Amino acid sequence: MNPVARTVLQRLGLGLVTLFIVSIIIFSAIAMLPGDFAKAMLGQSATPETVAAFQREIGIDRPPVERYFVWVGQMLHGDFGSSFASRTGYRRTVAEIIAPRLYNTMFLASMTALIAVPLALGLGILAALYRNGWFDRLVNAVTLTTISFPEFFVAYMLAYLVISRDTFIGSEFAQSLPHWLAVSLNWILNAVPKFPTLSNVNDQTPFWDHVWRVALPAITLTLVIVAHMMRMTRAAIINMLASPYIDMARLKGMSPMAIVLRHALPNAWAPIVTVVAFNLAYLVVGVVVVEVVFVYPGIGQLMVDAVKSRDVPVVQACALIFAATYILLNLTADIISIATNPRLLHPR
Amino acid sequence: MKNSAPGLREKGKDLLQIRNLHVEGFSDERWHPIVRGVDLALKRGEVLGLIGESGAGKSTIGLAAMGYAKPGCRITQGSILFDGIDLLALSETGRRRLRGSRIAYVAQSAAASFNPAHRLLDQTVETVVAHGIASREKANRSAVDLYRRLQLPDPETIGFRYPHQVSGGQLQRAMTAMAMACRPDLIVFDEPTTALDVTTQVEVLASIRNIVEEFNTAAIYVTHDLAVVAQMADRIMVLRHGLTVEEADTRQMLASPSQEYTKTLWAVRKLAKPEVPADDYLLTIDKVTAAYGRAVQVLQDVSIKVPRGRTVAVVGESGSGKSTLARVVTGLLPPLSGSISFAGQALSKTLKTRPKEILRRIQMIYQMPDNALNPRQTVEEVIARPLEFYLGLKGAQRDRRIGELMHMVEMSETYLDRLPAELSGGQKQRVCIARALAADPELIICDEITSALDQIVQEEILKLLMRLQRELGMSYIFITHDIATVRAIADEIVVMHQGKVVEQGLKSEILTPPHAPYTERLLSSVPEMDPDWLTRLLASRRM
Repeated sequence: MNPVARTVLQRLGLGLVTLFIVSIIIFSAIAMLPGDFAKAMLGQSATPETVAAFQREIGIDRPPVERYFVWVGQMLHGDFGSSFASRTGYRRTVAEIIAPRLYNTMFLASMTALIAVPLALGLGILAALYRNGWFDRLVNAVTLTTISFPEFFVAYMLAYLVISRDTFIGSEFAQSLPHWLAVSLNWILNAVPKFPTLSNVNDQTPFWDHVWRVALPAITLTLVIVAHMMRMTRAAIINMLASPYIDMARLKGMSPMAIVLRHALPNAWAPIVTVVAFNLAYLVVGVVVVEVVFVYPGIGQLMVDAVKSRDVPVVQACALIFAATYILLNLTADIISIATNPRLLHPR
Repeated sequence: MKNSAPGLREKGKDLLQIRNLHVEGFSDERWHPIVRGVDLALKRGEVLGLIGESGAGKSTIGLAAMGYAKPGCRITQGSILFDGIDLLALSETGRRRLRGSRIAYVAQSAAASFNPAHRLLDQTVETVVAHGIASREKANRSAVDLYRRLQLPDPETIGFRYPHQVSGGQLQRAMTAMAMACRPDLIVFDEPTTALDVTTQVEVLASIRNIVEEFNTAAIYVTHDLAVVAQMADRIMVLRHGLTVEEADTRQMLASPSQEYTKTLWAVRKLAKPEVPADDYLLTIDKVTAAYGRAVQVLQDVSIKVPRGRTVAVVGESGSGKSTLARVVTGLLPPLSGSISFAGQALSKTLKTRPKEILRRIQMIYQMPDNALNPRQTVEEVIARPLEFYLGLKGAQRDRRIGELMHMVEMSETYLDRLPAELSGGQKQRVCIARALAADPELIICDEITSALDQIVQEEILKLLMRLQRELGMSYIFITHDIATVRAIADEIVVMHQGKVVEQGLKSEILTPPHAPYTERLLSSVPEMDPDWLTRLLASRRM
């Protein structure tokens, strides 16, 4: 078999094994959590009989091992189970709870990725090209600054900026400034588009309206993840620039831009995509703070709510989705690393 | 280049004129001179050989001819006139336009200098297209033509391969094709065959010579190998410490070098040790077969005997299994079959199952002392480690032994607190030898230990090893591809080819005819100082 196809299949198999192990960990961790959902739901005054009946109804009276296999078995059939919030005659499946939230999260993540990845690569390439020059220093300083602030701070600052657009000129602060300065600041603020500071969407929201509404969270997340990817791009390219074949390209009279793009970059993909994958995974699993700030109905908030109400099936499903995201993105990164290595792609 | 019928080639007016060139390199927080006022002139179609030890500044001068200084170097003084253009007064963009198109470069290691991510053809025509000399299709056709002229196999299709898919010799020729792509006026060859086996080297030298002759290209040929430069250059310039020692026509220079330093360079290759026949065998390798993974067998039925207190030289080209043999003996690579006995006892196959005492008695020295020494350990720590590990020496006893070992390898004890980076290549190799000696071994495996060193340093190291053998009586397995080294040090020779032993015996038996066919090919490929050697060899092989 083609060695690349073999490696990819191998990694895929390993990914599935990892996912299986993660499912065990998730299940046992949640099974070991203190507290009882039935008691929490029915209140202090519930009789033991009522509690037992309720436990039977939602199936948590069985031994954990059996419950685990039922859970996994159902998932293999595409059934993620029912939420504990279901009532008799009114079944709420985990899938129907998660689906819209997952869509929103993926929407925000994709939009951020579409902005952040090209931006980070472009800045990284330019920083490598003009390494140690003023452009390099500036980009490094700015991206390091944005990554150093907590994300809620960045989020609120952006929201504040958008609000100031209308309120600045009448504020006391503006009054205290010299007139020309206040006017020009106002002029700059007015150049900021009037992004919505609340990203409330539902399943009826039209596509482009959705894009518009998640603009601020997407920008916030971009500011948070761009530094890491950009610095890795820069470092990976500069690392390559020390290779003998780069010297050769210089002696062939290639321009610095051609050297970076054609000679260094193709050999630098492996470390870059690893970091990109890591940051994209973060966009899916780590954005709950930004969701809260902009009141965006994503999966992060859903999971927090589910933990609060001890809705175990939803928590488990969310955790599993997060794990799968990590595994899948890292797998993709591995495959891209392999696919950009001519030694593996074109064996002797 | 050198022509069998001199005078046929038209030598034009001056193409390159370098005057009073000064180049400095930055290290240890300050600028050091590398080239200190060198003058050089080159006519159209002429080949100038630059020769000297490492650090003589020969590569730096070669690069300066392109108006280029390596990162960390700078041209501080002098003028470089290329075809009437002052390269130093030119803008960087202007110089870039000349590089690749009118002045081209062929690097030492083609394997490292080809970009692994692109096909050979794309890299060959890159300059032509980038400098706007011809269209992509025309350049492709011309590249195929060059591949053919350079005798590359399958010239039509070899360009579609990636660098890792062709052999070292082929890569070096492809790099020559790449340099030729724009039909430059001048090519700088920077040790183009140093990394190749002798058998491959002959073919590459012949290809380079033919094509440079065909297009009447001027060339600067940088090398440390006198015999090679004798074949290639019309004129030779000897350099030392960034200064010109002397300069003359090739034949004149070979016949009667005028400077003392040049004479020492000439003398190095004449070192030869009288062989001593074996009386007792220390190591017996019996029908050993080994492979990496499930791939093709790297060693097939190899049987070798190593006499006590003698040197067995294992020669062969790269891929012949020489280094694998060393890995099998040291236990790093367990053989698939066969047995090894050491001092009368069977050696267990894997490293883990060998007792410490056996490990102590077999030591190894590597080709690249840079990689073999921990850059964070001082010389003292490097040598102390085996003393503590194998012999359990401590305190004053250990320190005294370290002093003795330093004395044995002819190094002053003032070096003890230095880090490897603060030593020269030869000194690093001496430290490696001292480390091997520290274990008080009976067998030392030397894997190409002199091939990364200059000839003069090589000679010193070889003399040192021979003296140590006389005094301490250990055996050496000396792995090398260099026949001059074999002449210098061996008692017995093992010739290997494609994982098999072709011939083995006393040095005198192997080196005097009649030879096995492969040995014949190997020996005849070793360049000789005679400037007509290559022409004669090619003529005789064609018959």
